[in-house]
Amino acid sequence: MTEPIVNDLTIQAATVNGSGSQTANLVLTRAIFHMGIPVAPKNVFPSNIEGLPTWYQLRITPEGHMARSDKVDVLIGFNVATWREDLKTVRPGGVVIHEEAFSTADARTDVIYYPVPFAKLAKAKIQSDTLRKQLANMIYVGVVAGVLGIPWEALEHGVKRQFLAKPKAVPINLDAIKVGFDYWQDNFSKQDSYRLEPMTGAVEGKVLVEGNQAAALGALMGGTTVVAWYPITPSSSLCEYVIAYADRFRVDSKTGEKLISVIQAEDELAAVGMAIGAGWAGARAMTSTSGPGISLMAEFSGLGYYAEVPVVIFDIQRIGPSTGLPTRTSQADIGFVYTLSHGDTKHLVLLPGTVEECYEFARDAFDYADRFQTPVFVLSDLDLGMNLWMTPEFQYPDRPFDRGKVLSKDDLEKIAGQWGRYRDVDKDGVTYRTLPGTDHPAAGYFTRGSGHDENARYTEGADAYARNMDRLARKLETARHALPAPVVDEAGRKVGLIAFGSTHAAVVEARDSGVDVDYLRVRALPLSDEVLAFVRSHERVYVVEQNRDGQLYDLVRLALPGELVDRVRSIRHYNGQPIPAAAIIEPLTERETVPA
Amino acid sequence: MSTTLNHVGLPRDAYKGAATTLCAGCGHNSITNHMIKALYELGVEPHLLAKMSGIGCSSKTPAYFVETAHGFNGVHGRMPALTTGAHLANRQLIMLGVSGDGDTASIGLGQFMHMIRRNVDCTYIIEDNGTYGLTKGQFSATADLGSMQKKGAVNTFQPIDPCAVALTLGCSFVARSFSGDGKQVVPLIKAAIAHRGTAILDIISPCVTFNDHDGSTKSYSWVKDHEESIADVSFIPFFEEVHVDYEPGTVREVRLHDGSHIVLKKLGEDHDPTDRRAAIRVIEEGRAEGHLITGLLYVDTKMDDFATTEQIPQRPLKDLGEDELRLSPGDFAQFMSEFA
Repeated sequence: MTEPIVNDLTIQAATVNGSGSQTANLVLTRAIFHMGIPVAPKNVFPSNIEGLPTWYQLRITPEGHMARSDKVDVLIGFNVATWREDLKTVRPGGVVIHEEAFSTADARTDVIYYPVPFAKLAKAKIQSDTLRKQLANMIYVGVVAGVLGIPWEALEHGVKRQFLAKPKAVPINLDAIKVGFDYWQDNFSKQDSYRLEPMTGAVEGKVLVEGNQAAALGALMGGTTVVAWYPITPSSSLCEYVIAYADRFRVDSKTGEKLISVIQAEDELAAVGMAIGAGWAGARAMTSTSGPGISLMAEFSGLGYYAEVPVVIFDIQRIGPSTGLPTRTSQADIGFVYTLSHGDTKHLVLLPGTVEECYEFARDAFDYADRFQTPVFVLSDLDLGMNLWMTPEFQYPDRPFDRGKVLSKDDLEKIAGQWGRYRDVDKDGVTYRTLPGTDHPAAGYFTRGSGHDENARYTEGADAYARNMDRLARKLETARHALPAPVVDEAGRKVGLIAFGSTHAAVVEARDSGVDVDYLRVRALPLSDEVLAFVRSHERVYVVEQNRDGQLYDLVRLALPGELVDRVRSIRHYNGQPIPAAAIIEPLTERETVPA
Repeated sequence: MSTTLNHVGLPRDAYKGAATTLCAGCGHNSITNHMIKALYELGVEPHLLAKMSGIGCSSKTPAYFVETAHGFNGVHGRMPALTTGAHLANRQLIMLGVSGDGDTASIGLGQFMHMIRRNVDCTYIIEDNGTYGLTKGQFSATADLGSMQKKGAVNTFQPIDPCAVALTLGCSFVARSFSGDGKQVVPLIKAAIAHRGTAILDIISPCVTFNDHDGSTKSYSWVKDHEESIADVSFIPFFEEVHVDYEPGTVREVRLHDGSHIVLKKLGEDHDPTDRRAAIRVIEEGRAEGHLITGLLYVDTKMDDFATTEQIPQRPLKDLGEDELRLSPGDFAQFMSEFA
């Protein structure tokens, strides 16, 4: 046996969708996390309820790398349909735990096999006919625990944590794990080099959260009261978390009344329309969607921009075009969303790169929407939204809501009713609004998506139109300086790298792995001036993103003066799988002489 | 100029809006006037009124009444979504939607139906002229089979009848009227506003420019000749005393949530406005006989409206602050610990 490999491996479970394997994988994840070891799970699932292949990758690194790895150390072969292909993904010297019945004739000889008769064990040892199929997955958890040395106490914790709401399910699941654990003890001796050992200092103060969970919590902390949505993967879970959390925290204990309205609309047109109606009437309103849904929201987004109505729109990106791969990730909506709708429409777009930012940006998006009276998009993606990420605990907000420039009855009395909905009193492009229900004769105005003047009156006047459009541009410029600034980490290197969103994890790992570049992470559109400064101070800048056409690359170049445009290069990853660090390291190494 | 004040102390002029930009003689202008009269007589407080609309000639009209109220002229066929959202943000608002036949029966049919399905508390007026006026006279989906365009083109498709659709969906208030019949339109508008739930009021409103000729079934003369009212309707608001001195058996009364009453005086055959199947039959029979049936077709005062079903508080959601909307620091810490 070679040198032991401790806490640095990738487990891949190849199972069947809908069979209960996700629960087993989460138990394994939580058990290892409980040992103090950083984990980074990626669930690769099909657009299917039951029967198609699914994979769960559990990345384990002492450094806490959270990007996907394209090398598998430990394969759990549990799906005969993909068995032969799955086998090819294993690193030489890696471990293959598999159903004994799967053939290994003519198979690779450079890996270590632990064949387990999972089906027979399930039949013999699991009493419940109804739960046998699900619990069979737990048997492999026990085998993995045996192979890697996961202590029983950690497994117990993993099961209890996973079944927090169903404590009755704990013993039966532990029993199934024990079946696998015992089978390993009784039948194998360790042949491989992989070990898990408890760590200290790596995960303290950290939690495991999905981006959609984080965003749901953020939206509630941001004070959302009207949520209109239409189910679509990978966005649905965001609104479902809002519903679950609101049931706990937004019900008036005295009256039973709900301090939020969550409405499942008939389609995405209606969902965003309801949110805009609510935003117009003064509620903090939101919708969440993905892919085809964001296309349908284009019309209303233009109304929101032009009539200046606050609303928060989450786009949990999946890969298109059209229906695309509904359960695969991408960053290919950034260009579309930025100018969503016809005419000269341009939006504020927040680009969370971590689950912590999913929480913060979701929360703060409502402030930005109210402050700038415009739709604010929060662009997450499937990888960030639906996978568990290790993160520091979120911070409780330290400031009250910013409701923006809203004139109350008293305000109107003070100015003797002299105001105009679209008058740029403060010269920042942001005008004053009133809400329906304000008891003052001057409060009312007519909101429209057609041409209007400073007093919200209908006009087709050329000058009034141009004035209004110029003011809207001014408003966007004001907002640009208020949005989250890029995160810059530079040390005078010649080469820089720009990324956004979930690509961050792969960039961090690439830099840890010796890619010696400065780094700027964009966190909002319109782009900050810091992007220009960053390009100016580097000889070459690579924009890394998860789409085919280099959409952020285009936006960056558009923001630059002509002489800087040629400094910018593009690295793109677009196969629907979360970008691994290798997809940055390899092209960069090829195109640059990267100092070690 | 009338200076008589209504029960909230406002003159009729307080309910006026900007000058209309529609064609002289447009049925929609008559409806605007009926609206002003109804809102004035009901004593609706302008600041609590939210005038909602989609796109089209009809959807411009909210600018022509109650100028001091908030209004929202949104996008084509999507008035129901905006209305639903605004209502949820503030249940105190009186939601008054104005739409057209293109806006409702074509591009917005889905939203129309789903709003009814939810029974969102609002008044939904369809200014129904069977034609697309702003784009110069194409047929709309409410145009009758065989009805003719100005230049002779014949409509070859079955009409979508908004009232029949609404009844099929179990809408809690369905009525039809004619823009030229103010005596009927005004009490129906009042009743629709007083009703708690989605009130659909389909008002045939002739387009003088594109659909007022021989061969059209939405012209002034056709509607005048073929209108058949199922009952004389009058409305007694909650702040007025009810004193009915009709002969027994000639009148039906419907009490609404706010204590107002609709009084229906029998004309021909007795129609029970709480019988949904009877309402569908009346429409079908009228159509078969070549009549346009008008009046209050159906009302259900017992059905909960959407916000009630959803347990949304009466106080506006828009007014809630951090103290009520955020998790407390203790709950937040507990919540974070559950993620560990």
